[in-house]
Amino acid sequence: MSMHTNSVATSLQKDQQDLHLIRYFEALREAFDQEMTRDPNVFLFGLDVDDHKGIQGSTLGLVEKFGRDRVFGTPLSEDAMTGVAIGAAMAGYRPIHTHIRMDFMLLCMNQLVNMAAKAHYMYNGQVQVPLVVRTMIGRSWGQGGQHSQALHSLFMHIPGLKVVAPSNAHDAKGCMIAAIRDNNPVIFIEHRLLYSTEGFVPKNSYEVPLGKARILVPGSDVTIVAISHMVMEALRARKHLDSIGISAEIIDPISLWPLDMDTIVASVQKTKKLLIVDNAWLTCGASSEILSRTIEMFQEEDHVLPAIARMGFAPTTCPTTRPLENLFYPNGRTIAVKAYEMVKGKSAKAWEPPVDARAEIDEFKGPF
Amino acid sequence: MDKLAPQLYKKMLLIRKLELRLAEIYHTDAVKSPVHLSVGQESIAVGICDPLNKDDLVSNTYRCHATYIAKGGDLREMMAELYGKSQGCAGGKAGSMHLVDMKNGVVGASAVVGTTIPIAAGLALAMKFDAKKTGKQRIVVSVFGDGGTEEGCFYETINFAALRKLPMIFVCENNRLAIHTPIERRWATEKLCERIQTYGIETHKIDDADVFKIRETISSAAEKIRNTGEGPIFIECATYRWLEHVGPFDDHKDNYRDLEEYARWKKNDQIDRLAGMLDENTRNQIQQEVTDMIKDAEIFAENSPYPAAEELYTHVYAH
Repeated sequence: MSMHTNSVATSLQKDQQDLHLIRYFEALREAFDQEMTRDPNVFLFGLDVDDHKGIQGSTLGLVEKFGRDRVFGTPLSEDAMTGVAIGAAMAGYRPIHTHIRMDFMLLCMNQLVNMAAKAHYMYNGQVQVPLVVRTMIGRSWGQGGQHSQALHSLFMHIPGLKVVAPSNAHDAKGCMIAAIRDNNPVIFIEHRLLYSTEGFVPKNSYEVPLGKARILVPGSDVTIVAISHMVMEALRARKHLDSIGISAEIIDPISLWPLDMDTIVASVQKTKKLLIVDNAWLTCGASSEILSRTIEMFQEEDHVLPAIARMGFAPTTCPTTRPLENLFYPNGRTIAVKAYEMVKGKSAKAWEPPVDARAEIDEFKGPF
Repeated sequence: MDKLAPQLYKKMLLIRKLELRLAEIYHTDAVKSPVHLSVGQESIAVGICDPLNKDDLVSNTYRCHATYIAKGGDLREMMAELYGKSQGCAGGKAGSMHLVDMKNGVVGASAVVGTTIPIAAGLALAMKFDAKKTGKQRIVVSVFGDGGTEEGCFYETINFAALRKLPMIFVCENNRLAIHTPIERRWATEKLCERIQTYGIETHKIDDADVFKIRETISSAAEKIRNTGEGPIFIECATYRWLEHVGPFDDHKDNYRDLEEYARWKKNDQIDRLAGMLDENTRNQIQQEVTDMIKDAEIFAENSPYPAAEELYTHVYAH
C-alpha cells in the first residue's frame, strides 16, 4: 500500500456511496466481474488469464464464475490472437485481450494498427471493433530492456485507437468499465507497480469517461502532468514541494487519447508553469504531444507562453542493474527539484528533498 | 449438373468480364485505386462461394474482386467503390483492396498479406459461441494465397483453429507467385497439406482448378462442419494468375514465368470448359445477362457522386 493513495481516493468523487478500500488489481477484477455479469458478450482471454496467479490476481475466480468459454488462456501467438480478438469483436462480442508485458505488444502491431484501428473507417462503418487490449508496463526491479517498456505513444499516434493509463484503483475500475463498453479498440495500460496500491472504490458499477483528465490535487504555483506510475512519483514530489511552501497542481490525464487538453491548459493558465512527467521516453512521446498542444492553444488565445519542462525515461534502453535502473527513471525527488527550479528560477539556492519514506518499488519482492 | 453448370458459368463469366472491363477502362483513370485482378483464378472463388449460405462469411485477400462477386457482394456498390464514389460499398474509403459487404457475408479485405487469416478465426470463434445459443452453425471460409502461408500469423492461426476446433475452412489459392517471386525460391518444400496435417487438420489438394471439384470439396467440408460444429478443414487449390500482380496488363513479356505453364492453364480454363457444356442459347443468354449487369454497375458508379468533404472525418471512431 502506498502512503499517497488515500489522498488520491479522497480527491475522487465523494458523492459515490458505498466505497470500499481495495487494491488496483482487485478493482480491475471487480470491473471484469460486473461487466461480464451485465453483458454475456464480454469475454476475457490471453496467456495465463486462467492460471493460478491470474494476472497479478486481476482475473482470479473468473473462470470458476464465468466458465472456460468466457475466460481462457491462449497459445502465445500474440499476432494471431489479436486478429482473433478483432474478428470476434467485429462479430459483436467484446473481447478483453490480456498481455503480461507491454513489450510483447510489438508482436501485435500489424493487427492493431492495420486492422483494429482502421476497420471501422476503411469499411465505412460496416463493422465496429469493441476491443479492450490490457497490457502491463513491467517495471519492478531488474526487468531490463524488454520487460519494462512503456509504448503508449506508439498507439496514440494511430487514428482509431484509444489509449488509457489509469494510475489508481478508482480510475482503473471505472476506466475498464468504460473501455469495455466503448465501441472502439482501447489500449488499456496497467503498471506492475500499481497493482498493489489501494484506493477507495465504489462497489457499484460506474464509468470513468475516456477523454477526461483528473485534477488529483489542486495547486497554484506549478502544474505537474504525470502519466501512469509517474502519478505516484508526482504525488510524492508534491509533498516535498509542499514542505517548502510550493503548491503544485497534479493532473492525471488518465486517457492519453483522446486527450483532455482543456483541463491541462486551464491549469497552466493559472500556474504559468507546466512540468510533464511521462512514464516513457520523451522523443515523439505523450509529453511532446501535450507540450505542442499546450503551446498551440496558448498561441491561439494570444496568451504569454508558460514555462515548460519535461521529464521521462533516460534516452537509453532500460538497464537491469539497480544503480543504473534508478537513474533511468524520474522519481519524487527529481521531479520536486525540477518543479522547484521552475518556480524559484535557476539561480535559486540548490535544494535537495529528503529521501522518500516508502515507494512501491521498495516494497516490490518480485520476481514476476 | 444441368442447373449447376450454367450457374457456375455465369458467376465465373461475370468475374472474368468485369475484371477485363476494368482492365479495358483502367487507362482512363476512372478507377482510382490499384487493382489486383483474378483473371484465370475465377473457378476457386466460385467453387468456394457457390455452396455457402448467405450468412456464412468469406474472408479475403486484397485480390478480392472474385470472392466478393462470387459470394454475392453488391455489384453496383463494388463498381462505385472502385470509382471512389460515395455509394461504393465503403463510401470510397476502401477501394479495390478492401472490398466489404457484410450484409452478403463478404468480410473486409486487407492489403497486408495474411492479416485477415486470424480475423477469420475470430469470426469463427464468434460463430462457435453463437451456435451454442442458436443451434445453428454458420461457417467462415478464409481465403489467402501461397504467399500468405509464409506469414507467422498463418501458422499461429492454423494452430489455434485446430486447438479450438473452429468452424472454418482455410483455402489457399496457390498461384505459385508472390508478386514476381516463384514458390521455388520461397518454400523449403511444397508439402503444404502435409504440414497442415500435422496439426490434426483434414486437408484436400486440388491440382487442376476444376470448379466442380472445388465446389464439391467445399460443400462436403461445410456440411461436415455444420453437422459436427467442429472444423477446421484445409484446402489447397492450384491456379494460375494470367495477368500482372497489380494492374491491367498481361506481363508474360517480362520473362519471369514459364509460357508453357501459362498455355497449359489457358487450355484448362474453366470458363471455356463450362461454356462448352452449355447449348448456344443458354450461353448467349448468360453472356448477355452478364454484359447487362456490368453495364448497369458502370452506369451506377458513373452517376454516383464523390463523397462530401465532411466524409473525411466520419467513422474514425465508432459511437
